[in-house]
Amino acid sequence: MQSSLQGGFVSGEPLLSVEDLTLHYRTRGGAVRAVDGVSFDVKRGEALVILGESGCGKSSLARALMRLLPRNLAHHSGRVWLGETPISELSDERFRREVQWSRIALVMQASMNALNPVVKVGEQVAEPLRELKRWPRRRAIERAAEVFQRVGLPLDFMARYPFELSGGMRQRAVLAMALVAEPELVILDEPTSALDVLTQAAIMNVLKEIKAEQGTSFILITHDVATSSELADRVALMYAGELVEACSAARFFGEPAHPYSRLLMKSVPRLHERERPRAIPGQPPSLLDPPTGCRFAARCPDRFARCAESPSAFVPGGGALEGATKSRHRVRCWLHEPNEGGGHG
Amino acid sequence: MAETPLVEAQGLHTWFELRQWGFLRVGAVRAVDDVSFTLARGEAVAFVGESGCGKSTLVRTLLGLHRPTLGEVRFEGVSLAGLKSAALKAYRARVGYVQQDPFGALPPFLDVRRILAEPLKVHGVSDRAERERRIRAALAEVRLTPVEEYLGKFPHMLSGGQQQRVVIARALILEPALVIADEPVSMLDASVRVEILELLQGIQRRRGLTLAFVTHDLTTVRHYAERIFVLYAGKVVESAPVNDLLDAPQHPYTRALLAALSDPDAANATRLREVPGGEPPSLIDPPAGCRFHPRCPSAMPGLCDREVPPDFTPRPGHRAACWLHDPGAEDPNHSIIIDGRQASGRGGPVHDVSQ
Repeated sequence: MQSSLQGGFVSGEPLLSVEDLTLHYRTRGGAVRAVDGVSFDVKRGEALVILGESGCGKSSLARALMRLLPRNLAHHSGRVWLGETPISELSDERFRREVQWSRIALVMQASMNALNPVVKVGEQVAEPLRELKRWPRRRAIERAAEVFQRVGLPLDFMARYPFELSGGMRQRAVLAMALVAEPELVILDEPTSALDVLTQAAIMNVLKEIKAEQGTSFILITHDVATSSELADRVALMYAGELVEACSAARFFGEPAHPYSRLLMKSVPRLHERERPRAIPGQPPSLLDPPTGCRFAARCPDRFARCAESPSAFVPGGGALEGATKSRHRVRCWLHEPNEGGGHG
Repeated sequence: MAETPLVEAQGLHTWFELRQWGFLRVGAVRAVDDVSFTLARGEAVAFVGESGCGKSTLVRTLLGLHRPTLGEVRFEGVSLAGLKSAALKAYRARVGYVQQDPFGALPPFLDVRRILAEPLKVHGVSDRAERERRIRAALAEVRLTPVEEYLGKFPHMLSGGQQQRVVIARALILEPALVIADEPVSMLDASVRVEILELLQGIQRRRGLTLAFVTHDLTTVRHYAERIFVLYAGKVVESAPVNDLLDAPQHPYTRALLAALSDPDAANATRLREVPGGEPPSLIDPPAGCRFHPRCPSAMPGLCDREVPPDFTPRPGHRAACWLHDPGAEDPNHSIIIDGRQASGRGGPVHDVSQ
């Protein structure tokens, strides 16, 4: 508990390790490869942002991690460890009892609209404790009250019903519910995209404080580059079902390596710069039948023959600048293959 | 003599009456409350505000879908209030509307050709060949080419960006003088957003039409609008040319909005942003005086909570409805607040979490 008091503390060992996570959906047109062999890890106290445009598979990734699988599932595989626990090996029942809410909590997109309309907000926030930990009501409500204050909700709101709260208040309540059982990892899927600018900033403030005070790890899934920088220690950029670059936030927002990362950063309008944002020409490929080579090749200004032929591996990037293999910087691009890049970089 | 502005809104109020048991008047939602502005021909402006500030009601009032409770909208010098239904229909042909959610705005069972033919039919273009010619021209203008590939497609077969292009083509097909775009890109990805905004701007400049954006996103407006109106709780609190407003905001609400926004930067993660407490007020029973005063860091008790601030002009062309800019007042804080860092809107993050 000592370390959690130090703000922004990130420990050395990974809390969550994901290896080769795959989730394909069955459709009439064939299998949609929404998540296609994704590997990453998150350290204790670290916030990883999974950034990507709509349809890149980032929400499916959250569902695959939490085992919220759709009926038209075609394929789900991959190994996931949470600390020492191989959670991908657990039965569904054990996963639900031992991992969901208590160790990993998920705040889904627009989940503020999923609160039960006929149950008081305070009771709902206490529910994970009563259901999963079998806490007596009184103790659970006391703990819920603590979390209520932590997320910036007045205590008398515990006795209100969801319709009596504004959108921002409801989103705070959902966040309180996710935090109430003190999970080690909180996955947030577009937690603020439906909210106004000021509400958004206030909720990001709450997340930063919780991260600094309690050392909770976060995975923030979003398409919004500017908002992602409000929490990120690291950024993993997803494109067409795959991660294309994973690196520190400083690197990603400063000098990313993958051509898609660079173009994406240039498409973001900036408040204090006169330079016009630029669109990325073209469209992402269909996930029914993605290209055999690099999935970004068709839109890439730096492509060369090899890009269309075969996919690049997810290799250490950064070249000679940082001890390449030691760093956690990974790029999926032929320009950065150790034996390929030199002449083209 | 000065040219007549394309649109003049004068003292516009759009209130929705609240009734109990169907007849007892118990109050009103003051969604638009005393808003005045003029839009020149060929100008691109943005109305910026958070949800519930009345911006959609303002749009619907401009489109002639709501009758204002008080005040009037004049289009090319003619008041909308006096228009009979035939004249109102003719007015609607002069105003294009680009909706927020392109998929929701397009009828799912019509193909692109029929979607674009609809407004032409309604407005009396009965010649089939003429309709076809204009449909093709509109698709080419929004760069859905080769046109043949798109004519027979249904909305669900198009990407979000392509759907929004069809919506824009539909808004343009009657050659309007004014296009109102209500959050035209909020449902789209970053790179597609830029494409659509560039497209709208290109068309606006080529055709010399007036474009009114409604948005909550201040970061995109700099390049696509010339003037900005900031709305809060049913009122315009500040208006100015875009660079003046973004670089030297004069109203505390605008400053708060700008301070809450970030440019992507890894340092953001270790700083808290300054956010005014509370939430926008109810439009049924808004606060007396300035509607922002309960949340305003510079509120002056006795003045801001009592008197509604009129529009002051702190700089040429820059209007702010805020008592801080009252030239008659000898307020010692006056100069501190309007110069330097605070006024630049870059105030942004102040506290450091990691320390």
